[in-house]
Amino acid sequence: MTLPPILRRWEALLLLMLVVIAGLNIVYSPFYLGVGNIVNLFQLSIEKIIVALMMTLIIINGEIDLSVASVMGLSSCVTAYTFHAGWPMGWALTAGLASGAVAGAINGFWIAYVGLPSLAVTLAGLIGYRGVARILVEDRAYGGFPEWFNQLGQQPLLGPLTFSIIIFLAMFVFMAVVLHRSAAGRLVYVMGNNVQAARYSGVRVKRVKLLLFVASGVVAALAGLLYSARLGSVRGDMAVGFELDVITIVLLGGVSIFGGSGNLLGVGLSILVILNLRNGMGLADITGNTQTSVIGALLILSVLVPNMARGLHSKLQGRET
Amino acid sequence: MRWLQRHIRPEQIREFSLLLLIVAAVLIFGSMIDGYYTSRTFNRIASSVAIITVVAVGQTLVVLTRNIDLAVGSIVGCTAYFTGAQLAAHHGLPPVVAVLIAMALGCAMGAINGALVAYGRVPSIIVTLGSLAIYRGILIDYSGARTVTTDSLPKWLIDLPRLNFITIGDLDIRAMFALAVGIVVLFQIGTSFLNVARRFYAMGSNPDAAELIGMPTRQIVFSAFVLSGTLSGLAGFMFLARFGNITVEAARGMELQVVAAVVVGGVNIFGGSGTVFGAMLGAIMIAILEQSLFRLQISEFWRDAILGLLILMAVASDAVILNRLRAIWSRTELKLVTRPGTGAAP
Repeated sequence: MTLPPILRRWEALLLLMLVVIAGLNIVYSPFYLGVGNIVNLFQLSIEKIIVALMMTLIIINGEIDLSVASVMGLSSCVTAYTFHAGWPMGWALTAGLASGAVAGAINGFWIAYVGLPSLAVTLAGLIGYRGVARILVEDRAYGGFPEWFNQLGQQPLLGPLTFSIIIFLAMFVFMAVVLHRSAAGRLVYVMGNNVQAARYSGVRVKRVKLLLFVASGVVAALAGLLYSARLGSVRGDMAVGFELDVITIVLLGGVSIFGGSGNLLGVGLSILVILNLRNGMGLADITGNTQTSVIGALLILSVLVPNMARGLHSKLQGRET
Repeated sequence: MRWLQRHIRPEQIREFSLLLLIVAAVLIFGSMIDGYYTSRTFNRIASSVAIITVVAVGQTLVVLTRNIDLAVGSIVGCTAYFTGAQLAAHHGLPPVVAVLIAMALGCAMGAINGALVAYGRVPSIIVTLGSLAIYRGILIDYSGARTVTTDSLPKWLIDLPRLNFITIGDLDIRAMFALAVGIVVLFQIGTSFLNVARRFYAMGSNPDAAELIGMPTRQIVFSAFVLSGTLSGLAGFMFLARFGNITVEAARGMELQVVAAVVVGGVNIFGGSGTVFGAMLGAIMIAILEQSLFRLQISEFWRDAILGLLILMAVASDAVILNRLRAIWSRTELKLVTRPGTGAAP
């Protein structure tokens, strides 16, 4: 048990997983390393990984947001509904984003100001916001968006990169700076570690939590709009179940579900691992359902393995002393 | 007031007000819908209550220990499909064996969740969010996306939902509803009087204290998940009997209704308080809303939005109103104890 500290880190394990999976992919498919495939790799799950970035902050803060997938559905449905009611596309998109902000503010109000557990509130949100989306579009499918909107979702904008990928990269850099290089980022960690201590040292705990949930709502809404741009149509059940993938990405990235620890480097690596894993399973003709099962197992293992490692470690240390 | 406080707990006020709400809802809907007070309405509501209630009883035990079981929908779907497939292949299978198969399968699935939560120390939300996906994925792979159809099932199973347990006046009490009520009564008595079952409350009220006084906390959590799985298995059998046609999508999303029933029924999401009886009231409230909205021709799409709102209101009222009531109660208790001669203790 005398590995150098750098190798004992979770990120090292993720890097190893990534190398193995990418290696297998390269061996199995000659097309894997093409620019087209790499872009495609990101493009197919781009909305989930955008939401995962914001979820990282929420979970580090010691909370959870189960309503993100429903907010994605809500924002697309609001946009589709208002657009078909005759609003210009720009205003319809604004309405979609605003619906995300409102949904996030409702979550944040109950969690931060009334003190309800985020698990219960966002579970209610998961059901309720999806319900509102369904009321708006019922069982219809809305299409016929302006050409520029569909192109934005599907065509490369800058070199081979699409608009969504540019947004993702920009958000990743922005979040990394905020979380790891700014005072606001430290607040997120402090509150996740010990919310009482944060309150006693004068942190405006309630306001920070509310802002985080509003931001989570807006980011989920943005992701929902990008998703509808990519698909070119909107339905009431779009993005159902995405919260599983999003939370898996974050926890696999080494973010503690109890809050207070984790970093964006780990989440970035975990995004690459999961994207490559899905791509590899696709190449190996494994169906979408089995893929979902594997993601579910990965979610459990990403918490179970560190737990058991810690237990084993403390047992070994106990024996030595 | 003092008499009230001596004999009634705040949680009982919570349940009583839900009961009043149910009566009010029935009266309001009855005045809006023609022919509402018929045995047909009762049976519709009762047969949907029956399945949700059985699952909700198990969920209550899990929530009491400060955990949550989101995998119940997948467990109900898996057991319904698997038992249906077995019955379709072997028509001679005795009913008791069919029920036992369903319960054993549910038990095994619950045990996996419970072991991961209790002994693997993984938070229940993570475990059951994962196993929700895994169990559903296994079901889809196992079934090859085929459907269990009503004509392939033995006749006794198809007749089961219409089997009467007892007839009171115009009302037929179906056997499945009677079974659900029986389970609620059994578990209500058990959790009220049995030492072993009181541990669920002790564990949820204060896990550290429970651990310190030497309670087997891991076993308690484990057994809550096992019971939740087993009851979900039984509910899977009831689901199969009620619907006959079982697709791989069977009971998807049921976990949300069940959690809603439990939370609306006054089981505290922080654990440690709430009753099985309350969970049944929650299930009844939701079933009445669902059926009545349907009869009022309000689009089914409103259902989810209202369900979400109901959960939020229930959790919020618990946090705000119930806590205030508890504070009033404990303040008076303190007064009664410190001031001699007020007759606090005989």
